[in-house]
Amino acid sequence: MTFFRPGFRHPDLPPNEAGYELRDYEGGISTLCAGCGHDSVNAAIIRACFELAIEPHKVVKLSGIGCSSKSPAYFLGKSHGFNSVHGRMPSIATGANMANRDLIYLGVSGDGDTASIGMGQFAHAVRRNLNMVYIVMNNGCYGLTKGQYSATADKGSIGKKGEPNQLESIDLCEIAIQLGAGFVGRSFSGDKQQLVPMLKAALSYEGMSFVDVISPCVTFNNTPGSTKSYHWVREHREATNTFDFVPFRQEITTEYAEGKTEAVTLHDESVIYLHKGDGNLQITDRRQAMDALEEHKRKGLILTGILYVDPEGEDTHVILHTTKRALNALGEKDLCPGNDALADINDRFR
Amino acid sequence: MKPTDISNPEYFHKVIDCQFACPAHTPVPEYIRLISEKRYDEAYMINWVSNVFPGILGRVCDRPCEPACRRGRVEKDPVAICRLKRVAADNCSPDFTIPAAYVPNTKNGKKIALIGGGPASLTVARDLIPLGYEVDLYDDQAKGGGFMRSQVPSFRLPEKVLDKEVELILNMGVNTVFNTYVSSMKTILEKKYDAVFVGTGAPRGRDLPDLPGRKEGDAGVHLGIDWLASVVFGHVKSVGKRILVIGGGNTAMDCCRTARRLGGEDVRILVRSPREEMKASPWEIEDALHEDIPLYDNHVPKEFVVEQGKLVGMRFEKVTAEYDDQGKRKLVSTGEPLVFMACDEVLLAVGQLNAFPWIEKDLGIEFDSWGLPILGKGTFQSTLEHVFFGGDAAFGPKNIITAVAHGHEAAISIDLFLRGLPLNQRPTPSVTMAGQKMGIHDWLYDNQISEEQRQVVPTVEKVKSLKDRLIEVELGYDQEHGHTEAMRCLNCDVQTVFHVAECIECDACVDACPERCINFIENGSEEEIRTRLLAPAPELNQGLYVSDVLPTGKVMVKDENVCLHCGICAERCPTSAWEMQKFFYRSPQAGQK
Ligand SMILES: Cc1cc2nc3c(=O)[nH]c(=O)nc-3n(C[C@H](O)[C@H](O)[C@H](O)COP(=O)(O)OP(=O)(O)OC[C@H]3O[C@@H](n4cnc5c(N)ncnc54)[C@H](O)[C@@H]3O)c2cc1C
Ligand SMILES: Cc1ncc(C[n+]2csc(CCOP(=O)(O)OP(=O)(O)O)c2C)c(N)n1
Ligand code: SF4
Ligand code: SF4
Ligand code: SF4
Ligand SMILES: [Mg+2]
Repeated sequence: MTFFRPGFRHPDLPPNEAGYELRDYEGGISTLCAGCGHDSVNAAIIRACFELAIEPHKVVKLSGIGCSSKSPAYFLGKSHGFNSVHGRMPSIATGANMANRDLIYLGVSGDGDTASIGMGQFAHAVRRNLNMVYIVMNNGCYGLTKGQYSATADKGSIGKKGEPNQLESIDLCEIAIQLGAGFVGRSFSGDKQQLVPMLKAALSYEGMSFVDVISPCVTFNNTPGSTKSYHWVREHREATNTFDFVPFRQEITTEYAEGKTEAVTLHDESVIYLHKGDGNLQITDRRQAMDALEEHKRKGLILTGILYVDPEGEDTHVILHTTKRALNALGEKDLCPGNDALADINDRFR
Repeated sequence: MKPTDISNPEYFHKVIDCQFACPAHTPVPEYIRLISEKRYDEAYMINWVSNVFPGILGRVCDRPCEPACRRGRVEKDPVAICRLKRVAADNCSPDFTIPAAYVPNTKNGKKIALIGGGPASLTVARDLIPLGYEVDLYDDQAKGGGFMRSQVPSFRLPEKVLDKEVELILNMGVNTVFNTYVSSMKTILEKKYDAVFVGTGAPRGRDLPDLPGRKEGDAGVHLGIDWLASVVFGHVKSVGKRILVIGGGNTAMDCCRTARRLGGEDVRILVRSPREEMKASPWEIEDALHEDIPLYDNHVPKEFVVEQGKLVGMRFEKVTAEYDDQGKRKLVSTGEPLVFMACDEVLLAVGQLNAFPWIEKDLGIEFDSWGLPILGKGTFQSTLEHVFFGGDAAFGPKNIITAVAHGHEAAISIDLFLRGLPLNQRPTPSVTMAGQKMGIHDWLYDNQISEEQRQVVPTVEKVKSLKDRLIEVELGYDQEHGHTEAMRCLNCDVQTVFHVAECIECDACVDACPERCINFIENGSEEEIRTRLLAPAPELNQGLYVSDVLPTGKVMVKDENVCLHCGICAERCPTSAWEMQKFFYRSPQAGQK
């Protein structure tokens, strides 16, 4: 067994703007099944962070339980990490984010971890528009416990055991839009051309960036009757639009024809350029996004792409008027300003 | 791009950079693996079959394989391919004998003359005797080996090592005619040989006849290669204290190092060109510098200074190299006054010439304007159909391994010719493929990449080795260091074979490959594809492995350049679309199909 990745890397690969090599974003060698979609998502995360020149020590990886939740072991080996209990990633992320708002929170969860046991936690983190990237590696099953249908498995989809799924599926993107996530996208592990820029946009957005990545389970749910197989997803996928993501600080080099392209500017001045085809949806309109999702579902298609962005969305800290400085950076003096300050406050209520 | 035709053996052959670069195409990774398993006899055999002189070449080969080695592209130093060859030779059991397949049962009645006893002729003999040919070998020396004996100094190549490998061939039944200078090709042709092979090398040293003082100082001026031969044969036993060696090739390095051992205390190398452009191999220059021999580059010899009939020194013009738009070099004087260097003797190592004064002009053997024989492309056949040339005699001075490669090709031609077959229908290489998979994650080869750096070869103490020109400077790796060095080899012969029909385009291999070799992209022209790969692909002589079209319309493109042959792609592929297969390639030799 190859337990160790060779130490050599392509000598001509340039470092990023922050001076880091691609290998600085790698993690341990994967122990997931060969061909697992989750590994591709991991590779996309590595590339997105590398390309955005995020300093590895500025990232916190958080996860629950599942093959997907195991994934943070395989990327960003130099970042902070917390592997929580099943379905509890959102509350850990909330706590961490409240304590130190200066870090980038990257939550990785599965469809089981989020849509079943963690549904309540998911809903409330979304409602708070917590400033984080929340990735669901969605394979329609509980991979780690040998492939039971999850709550995102489509009704009628047939996995490895051969019995069709009887229950209605949950569309996590629709729920996220409904509950107030500021950024919602859906992609496919097998399409890094779409996934990498989507993750880069999600990482730049301030607020809840929810990304549902269909990520086939090669072992239990890559069967001919499964709607989460490589083959099915490739055949039934339609994109809302193609887009370019231009991060803040980067010069815009492409010329965009007027009327054909819509620019959405995020809080940090990064811009998403959406290239419109026929009948494209307005991604800043929640209603249109929900309709588009339902419409595609009716036709038996999977809608991917950036589904919804609220460029003016306010994250938990703004909503709660928390202090601009990270709580963990406040000293005793700031936290206990003394009797005079207390008296001042009390006076206000007299 | 068209899908790569991996059924053409040259595709995967080219991936094995070292073997491809070796003129004799020695299966390098195979013998290196055998060394790592301490199977020295087998490692020696792999070499002996391909390059005939493993013990010799393991010490003095020009090693064109090493600059080509893939390891040198992922880190600083290539695998010490040459010195590992010596490990095989040093540890090979002493009773190594010619394998049974090389002992002829019956003579075929055909007789061949070999003129010159260097590596080219010896290789022809090694290849043809097993097929039943009778061979007469003529040389003006008392023993076989050619320049390997008369030129290559013993401190690099001990006589014992040379004798052993030369005798191995002579004992196959060569009729030797030593101490015989062939002064007329006509008389040889009159002996009615079925074929004649000319392997007489490039035996004439270049002089500087027009420099002022050359004639007057003659007693103190020597032609490098003649002088080296005189040292080997014991005619020259000492030199003056101050020696100037003129020239920047390997001969110059051997001259100065030999002079240091014969009493030279202030020995200097003087080269016309800048150091970076010297012809000598970098390691030979280093070895010379290590023996306290200073190197003066950009010094053009102008004059021998003779006083009272005795050479007292030389004058040099200092120059700088200037390059025109075509990159052509011109040496331009710096305008400084000429530099005088005092000396007792001068050794000229400014090049070698071919000379065939003994081949009469009216025999039908034609020469070009450079004085080199006109030969059939790849056949080494001269314009007189039963006369063949090889080694330094064919295209001018090269090296031992090139002479061996010529010998193999000439032997093929001679055999085809004497069997009445066309010379251009040559035997093809023999190729085998062997799967390396043992279990899901188990491989028949060591796929974990060693991160050891190139091992240093131990040497004899300088004070000791400078006292005696017969002491070999390098001690060679011991078994342990040999093993460590062998483990650095990336097994470039274990090929990544892609089965397009199995691939589900999951990208697992793309993500897992530590070198970013693998891509799934839209097809295009090679030039354009090279700009779209995950990692830069500027090495145009490194192949792109392109698959047929996949269900999504994309193609798989793998840049072979820095593939570590680690097999991680094959381990992470769910469908075994990637397979690791050992590709064994052996160049054809005379008598094969
Ligand atoms: C100083 C020096 C150092 C070298 N060091 C190296 C090295 O480290 N590594 C390396 O790879 N190469 C080295 N070379 C080059 C190498 O020796 C030659 O390229 C190689 O030996 C050529 O082989 P060959 O078979 O063509 O002929 P040669 O080895 O040159 O053999 C030709 C033989 O034919 C004899 N001969 C010539 N004419 C006649 C005739 N008319 N009748 C009878 N006999 C004749 C010659 O005396 C000689 O013995 C070195 C060369 C020199 C000069
Ligand atoms: C509290 C608790 N309940 C149940 C389990 C068993 N369990 C482990 S992983 C898992 C489901 C994981 O599914 P998903 O999040 O989709 O991850 P996947 O393996 O499919 O990537 C379950 C139910 C557990 N570990 N903890
Ligand atoms: S790494 Fe080994 S097989 Fe590859 S080129 Fe170097 S010596 Fe040859
Ligand atoms: S063997 Fe496979 S994984 Fe390893 S470097 Fe080569 S292509 Fe990449
Ligand atoms: S891992 Fe195998 S199946 Fe997946 S893309 Fe690579 S070759 Fe194809
Ligand atoms: Mg799952």
